[in-house]
Amino acid sequence: MSIEVKNLCHVYEAGTPSESRALEDVSFTIENGKFVGIVGHTGSGKSTLLQHLNGLLKPTSGQILIDGVDITADGTSMLDIRKKVGLVFQYPEYQLFEETIAKDVAFGPKNLGIEGEELENLVREAIEMVGLDYEDYKDKSPFEISGGQKRRVAIAGVLAMKPEILILDEPTAGLDPRAHKDVMDMIKNIHEKYHNTVIFVSHNMNDIANLSDQVLVFAKAKLLKDASPREVFAMKEWVLDKDLDLPDVTNLCEALREKGFDLSETIIDIDQAEKEIYDIFK
Amino acid sequence: MIRDITLGQYYNADSVIHRLDPRIKIIASLLYIVELFVVDSFIGFFYATAALGLVIALSKVPLSFIFRGMKALLIILIFTFVINLFMIDGTIIFKLWIFTISKEGLYAALFMTFRLVLLITGTSLLTLTTKPISLTDGLERLLYPLSKLKVPTHEIAMMMTIALRFIPTLLEETDKIIKAQQARGADFESGNLINRAKNLIPIIVPLFVSAFRIAHDLAMAMEARCYKGGEGRTRLHPMKYGKRDLVAYVLVFAFLASIILLRIFI
Amino acid sequence: MENSIIKIENLIYEYVKQEVLDDGSTVEKVKRALNGISLDIEKGSFLAVVGQNGSGKSTLAKNINGLLLPTRGKITVKGVELADDERIWDIRQNVAMVFQNPDNQLVASIVEDDVAFGPENLGVPSEVIRQRVDDALKLVGMYEMRNKAPHLLSGGQKQRIAIAGALAMDPDIIVFDEPTAMLDPKGRKEVMAIINKLHEEGKTIILITHFMEEAVQADRVVILKKGSGILLDGSPKEVFCQSETLRDVDLTPPLAVELGDRLRARGMDIPQDITRIEELVEYLCQLK
Repeated sequence: MSIEVKNLCHVYEAGTPSESRALEDVSFTIENGKFVGIVGHTGSGKSTLLQHLNGLLKPTSGQILIDGVDITADGTSMLDIRKKVGLVFQYPEYQLFEETIAKDVAFGPKNLGIEGEELENLVREAIEMVGLDYEDYKDKSPFEISGGQKRRVAIAGVLAMKPEILILDEPTAGLDPRAHKDVMDMIKNIHEKYHNTVIFVSHNMNDIANLSDQVLVFAKAKLLKDASPREVFAMKEWVLDKDLDLPDVTNLCEALREKGFDLSETIIDIDQAEKEIYDIFK
Repeated sequence: MIRDITLGQYYNADSVIHRLDPRIKIIASLLYIVELFVVDSFIGFFYATAALGLVIALSKVPLSFIFRGMKALLIILIFTFVINLFMIDGTIIFKLWIFTISKEGLYAALFMTFRLVLLITGTSLLTLTTKPISLTDGLERLLYPLSKLKVPTHEIAMMMTIALRFIPTLLEETDKIIKAQQARGADFESGNLINRAKNLIPIIVPLFVSAFRIAHDLAMAMEARCYKGGEGRTRLHPMKYGKRDLVAYVLVFAFLASIILLRIFI
Repeated sequence: MENSIIKIENLIYEYVKQEVLDDGSTVEKVKRALNGISLDIEKGSFLAVVGQNGSGKSTLAKNINGLLLPTRGKITVKGVELADDERIWDIRQNVAMVFQNPDNQLVASIVEDDVAFGPENLGVPSEVIRQRVDDALKLVGMYEMRNKAPHLLSGGQKQRIAIAGALAMDPDIIVFDEPTAMLDPKGRKEVMAIINKLHEEGKTIILITHFMEEAVQADRVVILKKGSGILLDGSPKEVFCQSETLRDVDLTPPLAVELGDRLRARGMDIPQDITRIEELVEYLCQLK
């Protein structure tokens, strides 16, 4: 499914002294099946944007078209939007509440009116999609598993709604390196298997560089850049000026280029770095 | 947003009122409440309003800020007014279908609303000019005699401090949980009462889990910072009555006397 | 060690966990979180403790200032044994802690009152508290914010307040238990800058973390492995060049080590002990 955002503005508490602009004239297009990374500091407006994409917030002005349908129009069914667009919040494990993992994962699809065998199948599929064994985990309490597993169960709760667009707000925040890698690999697998559109927010430039087809850079309520990761990280000075980081491998290759090494511009993955450095010394 | 309720908020300024000892402010507020119920005439109310006006002016808290907090309570004010207006029998001055307004009713409605506005404004001034922590410190000291009777006054004050600190955190948490469950298709707005109550479970359970997690973390952090109860604690802002506070005590009791005299003679 | 400030000898820590069986009865299961840790921490040093969740690194931190008491083994801080009940408050005053969640460790609703909480508990005279609070807030760069409410601050700012609160107790040692895990990169850098500053000022720092780029800044790194205690112990260089061992416990070695390994596998002559990007760049330049 494609997403088209046109001149989106959002003002919190308009007309009061504490009025604040969270989004200013944001426009972009995401094509069906793309893997999109969103970058920006806390307070740059990215969380506000995500909440608009599945109808939790209404824009002050502007439009959001999902597959050509305007979801900001009056009378749009919220359930329809949530069926299409799944939003995984930051620290999603804080929303777990049921006695068993299976029941918790079933909460979303049940709200969509799915019942019986179809429901069970969806739940099974979602739990397995996040890399947990259904039979082993379905009857466990979601409060008795490890932090990384809780995170996955919470993500399964959204996947079970079969969203065609999956949005994740900092899916690896607070996780240790192993759980971080597991969750990123899992998201990648889901994308490869279902070819759904994935949008994720991350502060980790290595993940942004490795996974995304398209990067949106936000700062102070504005969309500053909408480009491929290579294009974004090619603007080294600009990225640093915006107080953002470059991927480690880009830093290394740029340092080598400055010393006169003949490497391609803006290398963002380690495989390419390895190959090109090796070729020089071959 | 929920966090904009100004009631119970502290307004940071440097004024005579801000600098008063919290104990005198608490006592003055309590007496003020009593006084409002002693007053039985509009003249008395105007007198009380004038006194309150003077205190507000001294406190440097903008009127607009005080009234913003009042907005949240507008419903209660209107309710009080309307109930009194229509429910009290007497000399009828207006009649439309089943609605009758009596002279006594109008009088009572104006009277009660006036009293309520003064009550809210006056008491909110206490929290507006006193940091929550000095407020609880003041309460702890005022209640100190009770600790001789084994009343855990320090613990009560500490609990209030913590509650004040974590109310905004828990409100934010609630906001997040509601949104997260809505994103999973939860519906909190429709259905009958029983269904609605049932629909709250996905909010309440995570909220409790959060509250327990906070309590656990905080207890650990407090212990690490050597918290071992009220005994032997010192204060960053030790409470000592100054000349200013004595003057305030005199004024407060003079005002009380004048209100009582007003009641007797007018 | 000559200058040792903390001595941990064969520390074992076990949790007792209640487990409900299928028939409804409960059994007590003993889980060993720390299995025989021995460490000598030098005065004024900066030690990073790294390990996956479940490796016991947080448990270790909480044992060092008596929030948890060892099941077996012995910990002494400045020559005082931790099991000594009478001295526990002295030890806690001396070994301050900063925790992971910036929200859940601030007690008061005004910044300066929160920073004062520790010294207030210790019974420090008011004038001295005032001085310590001001000094601590200035050191973390939050003096201007002293009258603000914590919930209006960013995560990084809250964490700086928590550090000021620890400092106000005037400790020799500060234990940081994953202080940056919940912060964004900006907050993370702010906090790391303060930790480095405190180290320069002579405080003994123990930093529990799972970020390699933070551990690299320490002068000693200890890697813990679940169930088996200390896996590696040495300077960042000595520890991070052991890429195989690191991968065994699911830790990602720094990029320079990773790339060095790959190039070495292709037959290039890259020394094992290159752990930093700058070193790799410099070495490759020489090789050219």
